[in-house]
Amino acid sequence: MRELALHILDIAENSISAGATRIKVSVNENLKDDLLRIIIEDNGRGMDIATLARITDPFVTSRTTRKVGLGLPFFKAAAEACEGSLNIQSEPGVGTTVTVFFKHSHIDRMPLGDLCSTLLTLILGTPDVHWLFEYRMNDETFEFDDEPVKEALAGVSLTEPAVMRFIREMIEEGIADTRQKASHAIDHRQ
Amino acid sequence: MPTVKSLDDLKKIREEALKKQQLKETAGKSEVIVGMGTVGIAAGARETLKAILDMIEAENLSDIVVRQTGNIGLDSFEPIVQVILAGQEKVTYGKVSPDMAKRIMKEHVVGGEIITEYQIKE
Repeated sequence: MRELALHILDIAENSISAGATRIKVSVNENLKDDLLRIIIEDNGRGMDIATLARITDPFVTSRTTRKVGLGLPFFKAAAEACEGSLNIQSEPGVGTTVTVFFKHSHIDRMPLGDLCSTLLTLILGTPDVHWLFEYRMNDETFEFDDEPVKEALAGVSLTEPAVMRFIREMIEEGIADTRQKASHAIDHRQ
Repeated sequence: MPTVKSLDDLKKIREEALKKQQLKETAGKSEVIVGMGTVGIAAGARETLKAILDMIEAENLSDIVVRQTGNIGLDSFEPIVQVILAGQEKVTYGKVSPDMAKRIMKEHVVGGEIITEYQIKE
């Protein structure tokens, strides 16, 4: 996978498979400390210590259709190649949190990629999950919670063309706006 | 953070969508499912799904439910797209590129014609 946004999609799919009803994706580009942090937090069924210890092993998977799971080990390897790390906290019956760090400026760090497409895939494609998204760059933050949107829609499908356009523009503009404000703040300091 | 988009705008959109739904109550919903497991994602499933969403937006296609699902179990055929039209059998397509997805939307989901050359026989 050539984009961090695709890895985010892959990890969030694990959360869906774990039966999560609430999933939060946070992306934090901290240019001051040269860190990129990604957190995917769910309230799914979680894992016990033994499974947790083996989960980044490429030959472990919870799936039954095929015996090799490669998503997490690949993501971990990508982070470690960029002076970063991948950590998983999990508790049975409570949920799982995957936290990934990258050195932001590392030459081997793959681009963040199309975050908006990843989020739309998740929000529109799994409407039963309550999705939360936070994008942060330095001191600027954009937050998106799909619950008020669903309440306002009161049963109208998220994939109606006008609804989809609304959500897409909301996220695209939110991310672009945050980036613009953050870079303005940097210009001011200089 | 203040956003230019308000939920009141969304409520207006909702009213419009409901009006359209009442006009074509009997048509029923079509369902499009894209496999989004690790293998699917690596093979380009997100871009395939994006092409489907773009098509719905560009052509203003109502009453289509788009879903994603985990691994379908046909790894060598990823990205996989399944189409279920109201009252019909599920049709499974394999190795679906964004362009193929657009054709599936146009000819099968809207036009009702199965594209047999893309089909996987299960």
